Amino acid sequence: MAGNVLVMADQWRGELSDITYELLALGRELADGLGVSLEAVIVGHQLGELPNKLGAADVVHCLDNPALADPVPDAVSQALAEVIKQQEPAAVLIPWTNVAADLLGLLPAQLDAPFLNFCQDVRVVDGQLEARCVLYGGKMEAKVVGRARPLILGVLPGARSAEQGRVDGAPTVVAASVAIQDSGVHFKSYVEPEAGDVDITQQEVLISVGRGVQSGDNVKIAEELAAELGGAVCGSRPVIDQGWLSLSRQVGKSGAIVKPKLYIAAGISGAPEHVEGMKDSDTIIAINTDPGAPIYSVAHFGAVEDATDVLPALLDAVRAKKG
Amino acid sequence: MNIVAILKMVPDVVEEFEVAADGKSLDIEFLRLIVNERDEHALEQALILKELLGGSVTALALDAPDIDDVLFTALAKGADRAVKVTGVEEGLTTRSAASILAQTLPNVPDLLPAELILTGCQAIDDIDAQAPALLARRLQLPYLGLVSGVEVDASTNTAKVAKEFAGGVRGEFELTLPAVLGIQAAEKPPRYVPVAKVRAAMKEGEIEEVTAPVASEAALIDIIEMNVPEVAGRAEMLEGDADEIAARLCDVLVERGLL
Repeated sequence: MAGNVLVMADQWRGELSDITYELLALGRELADGLGVSLEAVIVGHQLGELPNKLGAADVVHCLDNPALADPVPDAVSQALAEVIKQQEPAAVLIPWTNVAADLLGLLPAQLDAPFLNFCQDVRVVDGQLEARCVLYGGKMEAKVVGRARPLILGVLPGARSAEQGRVDGAPTVVAASVAIQDSGVHFKSYVEPEAGDVDITQQEVLISVGRGVQSGDNVKIAEELAAELGGAVCGSRPVIDQGWLSLSRQVGKSGAIVKPKLYIAAGISGAPEHVEGMKDSDTIIAINTDPGAPIYSVAHFGAVEDATDVLPALLDAVRAKKG
Repeated sequence: MNIVAILKMVPDVVEEFEVAADGKSLDIEFLRLIVNERDEHALEQALILKELLGGSVTALALDAPDIDDVLFTALAKGADRAVKVTGVEEGLTTRSAASILAQTLPNVPDLLPAELILTGCQAIDDIDAQAPALLARRLQLPYLGLVSGVEVDASTNTAKVAKEFAGGVRGEFELTLPAVLGIQAAEKPPRYVPVAKVRAAMKEGEIEEVTAPVASEAALIDIIEMNVPEVAGRAEMLEGDADEIAARLCDVLVERGLL
């Protein structure tokens, strides 16, 4: 029915990720606030029982098609656009994951619809959806509204708890049929990360380095500190891009989600795509020269200081304490 | 093998950010602008492909403060042409900027068809669009984003492209060329170029200018308010010099049974 709230399920390799349920929780709030139904759409092939796991939704549109077996963004975008044209929702919530990332660009362009990116929260204000979007790597936030329907929202992880959205229910599952045209983009295979390196998701202590450590030599000091504390070194995107650490050590959206007992973020600003990978660590210590760095909003302890000064000092102090 | 690499300026996030007088935009008057990091990777990937396969790289950007330096730097790094799109308003949203690019690219002499159009898969100010996807849709070309590896097979006119998923997993895709790619990371870190080489490019090189179309598209969103978020709410901030902070952190580690 026109005017509903539509949530896209984040289905990848036969699994539904937590953010699917976070968006269902958020979508339920918005649908109730607008007095409309909450619908979900799931895309893939041989989806089996997955549509029934979206119990928080009133209706699930199931796009089960061999052409959608692999996550080819253009094909998924075509399929979603078709459902959106048929259903005319007021808003479409898309999870900000690497699986769905390209849809955030393709879908609004295809529909010529308003798009709000990096949404951290969405609320109903005077009968209209108002999003709080994170900009400039988390250094600014904006309240934003769309001028037309359907409003497409790219929602970051953490907008609501996944538990809220895990509801036992019996949604009406509707098989949607769409024709997918060849987009010139073909999936070939997955390449798994190289095995043999340390698994950072299994470490109790992680010393994480970012752009602020300035050189590969300073990564060695972090490695020494990690060794003293019985942990491992990991890093944020710029450090991986520079080749200072291997891809297997990356924390965040493209890398690993970690929950160690101790996470020391050295020279890391705390962009949303990094924070989603480490925010649930037991103790987070952030060292950064920028007092406005967003990392301090998730840290338990912070020091506005150069990480290249604090890391060696901490290494000495830890060694002295251990005797 | 002809490649277009599109570059865009964004504020450097190490700077202190303030809201402008209108209450709904960033005050960029005193902010240092830098090239979008992903766009630097797109240029690097273009140069790597050119070195491997021959052909040309054109660095193209909408006019912005310091953009001439950026384009001369691209020439110094190895780009063959530098094109600046002039007559653009300041403070364009990503959607408006991408729409201008889509209208302008076909009008740049001897530019299209290029086998690849590469640009960063995203930028920190992308509030209302992702530029490469919108560009691909408007130019009716295949698109893939979050790309961190490109191999071109000229004999079949295809590219084998690696796209990042989660947990370090990559997907391999094949695209029919011409295509637009949103680059996440080049195969190597963006190259360093000495200042002397940039100066030489400024003397010998040339920036071609192309005028943007007059009509810009109506915005589809409204920013009601912009704020600097409160970031220090949760963290207990430690004061002192590096040694004092290290000593206090050591105490924290002991208190929490981590040392």
